[in-house]
Amino acid sequence: MTDEADTATAGWFSDLDPGDIEGASSAILEGTAEQSNDWPQLAVEIGYADTADEYYDQLHAATTAATRAEVTEREAADDRQLVHAIRAMDDCTRTANELAERLAEWAGTVDQDAGTGIDYARELATRERDPEPGQEPLVSLAERVAALADEADDLREYVEQQAPTVAPNLSALAGPVLGARLISLAGGLEALAKKPSGTVQILGAEDALFAHLRGHAPSPKHGIIYTHDAIRGTHPDERGSAARAVAGKLAIAARVDHYSGDVKPELEAELAERIETIQARSEDGSGTDADGSDGGESDE
Amino acid sequence: MSELPDGVERRQFDGTERLGTRGEPVYGEPTDGAWRAWNPNRSKLGAMLELGMETGLVGGETVLYLGAASGTTVSHVADFAGPTYAVEFAARPARDLLEAAESRPRLFPLLKDARKPESYAHVVESDVDVIVQDVATRGQARVALENAPFLADDGRLLLAVKSRSENVTRDPNDVFEDVRDELESGYEVLESRRLEEYHADHLGIVARPK
Repeated sequence: MTDEADTATAGWFSDLDPGDIEGASSAILEGTAEQSNDWPQLAVEIGYADTADEYYDQLHAATTAATRAEVTEREAADDRQLVHAIRAMDDCTRTANELAERLAEWAGTVDQDAGTGIDYARELATRERDPEPGQEPLVSLAERVAALADEADDLREYVEQQAPTVAPNLSALAGPVLGARLISLAGGLEALAKKPSGTVQILGAEDALFAHLRGHAPSPKHGIIYTHDAIRGTHPDERGSAARAVAGKLAIAARVDHYSGDVKPELEAELAERIETIQARSEDGSGTDADGSDGGESDE
Repeated sequence: MSELPDGVERRQFDGTERLGTRGEPVYGEPTDGAWRAWNPNRSKLGAMLELGMETGLVGGETVLYLGAASGTTVSHVADFAGPTYAVEFAARPARDLLEAAESRPRLFPLLKDARKPESYAHVVESDVDVIVQDVATRGQARVALENAPFLADDGRLLLAVKSRSENVTRDPNDVFEDVRDELESGYEVLESRRLEEYHADHLGIVARPK
């Protein structure tokens, strides 16, 4: 609301001309009020509408327009955008690391105390306001590396912000970055939703899987989901079970995200409970599956 | 069996007697002329009516509906009630809600978070007759308490509590007890009943503000 209206008695319509659907739509989306009021009567009093009926007609037009606009905007944050963003983020990180290595090698020849990695590139880029003669190319390269690393950070931020909109349940369970990686590896949210949990479990471990299928390696226990805390935090003997449980819930989360879009906080609690059971098995040292189900709930 | 509100009737749909309201079909439910069946398996309020809970609904009231989802239940509510404010937070189901609102001039869809009443207090009028709440988040009692200021002094809260949303691992009865206790800081619970016949691990509550 603007300053003109007393905020205590300002409804969505207070600063609007009747018929201004666009203004009404943004007032509904962005406005707030500390407390509610008899808006239909107030609207008639200030002449926004002649009757309560007419007010409700206006309200219907305004709320449907506002909701439609917001739904369209939120859905524009689609999974394709997310896939591009996470791939670009990985490319930036990889390239920045490669160039940082080259930079460290070069810098080592002119500076005894040269460090390594992106941290060193950042330091060099900010330190040398006036580089010594002959070192300009080195500092210029350091600036490029630092800028690439910054770009990767920005892209990560974008992914972390977009993933919960595109796939709320998957992002809640896997974290936004891992969720986006799974979508990227599967080739889209719909493709991920159609994959069995066994496939979700080993996405990103294709090399190991084909080595196994050719007959000279054990089957991979997990792919990219290895970065999930529930798996990394589990004793190596039980990681297969943990990976199966995580993959099962992630597959369900992806399906809920794709087909219904509802938020189901219980998935997270169910996974936490299952992981607790699995981790308890290795802690008490028995090594056997007490409940005998061995992650059977992770469907396939 | 309690009285059904005006605009809700038991009628024959495809040979079985079911609840129904008059309006455009929304989710592929069976119809009979202008009437469409209200499926209690898909609607907690439908289950509460089917099970004969004293909802106090008479028809024509002003309703604030929290957790409208794709509009399955709220479309039936708008069929027999007056102005109906439908609050839903997720964008995808809201698209279906918009379709239900198209043929219902007194159904107002709002893409808002029911945990933040200040974000829609400038739209929803005060002294609504009924709050219907069916949100699948943790803290369902808190949502009901935070929205209590919208409710008229003699209004009714019709609440469906989903125990799995609070905590999947605890016994539903313990969860329901906690929710009731918390609710009683602002409401007087008039009736509560498990909806087990239609919805597993759900409790239906009828309450009025203290």
